[in-house]
Amino acid sequence: MNAPEAKPARWAMWLPLVLFAGFVALFLSGLLRPGEREVRSAMIGKPLPEFDLPAAVADRPGLARADMVGSKPRLLNIFASWCVPCAAEAPVLDQLRQAGVEVHGVAIRDKREDLDRFFARYGNPFARVGADNVSAVQFALGSSGVPESFVIDARGTIRYQHIGEIRPEQVPMILARLKEAGQ
Amino acid sequence: MIRALCLLLAAALAMPALAQDKLPPAPYAYTQLADPAQEAKAHALMQTLRCLQCQGQSIADSDAPIAGDMRSQVRLRIQAGEDPEAIRAWLIERYGDYVSYKPELTGATWPLFAAPLVLVALAFALLRRRFGGKGA
Repeated sequence: MNAPEAKPARWAMWLPLVLFAGFVALFLSGLLRPGEREVRSAMIGKPLPEFDLPAAVADRPGLARADMVGSKPRLLNIFASWCVPCAAEAPVLDQLRQAGVEVHGVAIRDKREDLDRFFARYGNPFARVGADNVSAVQFALGSSGVPESFVIDARGTIRYQHIGEIRPEQVPMILARLKEAGQ
Repeated sequence: MIRALCLLLAAALAMPALAQDKLPPAPYAYTQLADPAQEAKAHALMQTLRCLQCQGQSIADSDAPIAGDMRSQVRLRIQAGEDPEAIRAWLIERYGDYVSYKPELTGATWPLFAAPLVLVALAFALLRRRFGGKGA
């Protein structure tokens, strides 16, 4: 046999228990306070990708990248008639429109008659509405859901991404982001 | 009571269906590419891309419309001759590392790769101290 090893200190006996308690605490913190699950776009500060979408409804033209560029910042809204929060957001977008913001929409996987019904019911705040039936523009923007809004500056750079609907109390914040993009 | 609970559960499970579009799936969401080699390439890539909506699943496993659209885009790009890693890079450029399931050795992840090696080395050293020296 080897020479007897030094006896471990008494406190070492508690080490496994302390480790176990640590794991329990880690587990509980993860369980009670799950982390953020939103996937943020990595496109902020990069130029808006090239796209050209056909009109989604009869009374508004389609939307291309060129419509989003020049003279002032604009708001690009990713939405759908089948998305419940989008209905709540429509009047808020209209509020932004009345404040002088040019708001453009990209309708994700939507049907014309559903969109017509949606706009008749909740109002149409958009100057242009493009139809993105295969989520292509959504992927190009790094957007992962509906609704989402992007602030695009006059040179066509993506300046800010807002995930989820814009709530009424967030209107001043969005206006500030647009102003910031215009400087 | 149990019946009521079951009904409630069924209603809760049915809810997401309300928030779905009515468009048919994108062309290559559920259709394989004609060329089996290309399809194999596309499928291998799809298994390592995260669905953005149901984040525990790959786009190959998910039935979410957005995953179908992404599968279609992946297949079309593979068909056009694009390299799978270029498609992955394109998506990472937009969504960050989170969109890819493929493990990468980076500045933030190297401890994960190093930890097993360190532990094995440590175990080896401990065993040697205990039994070593006189040979087996």
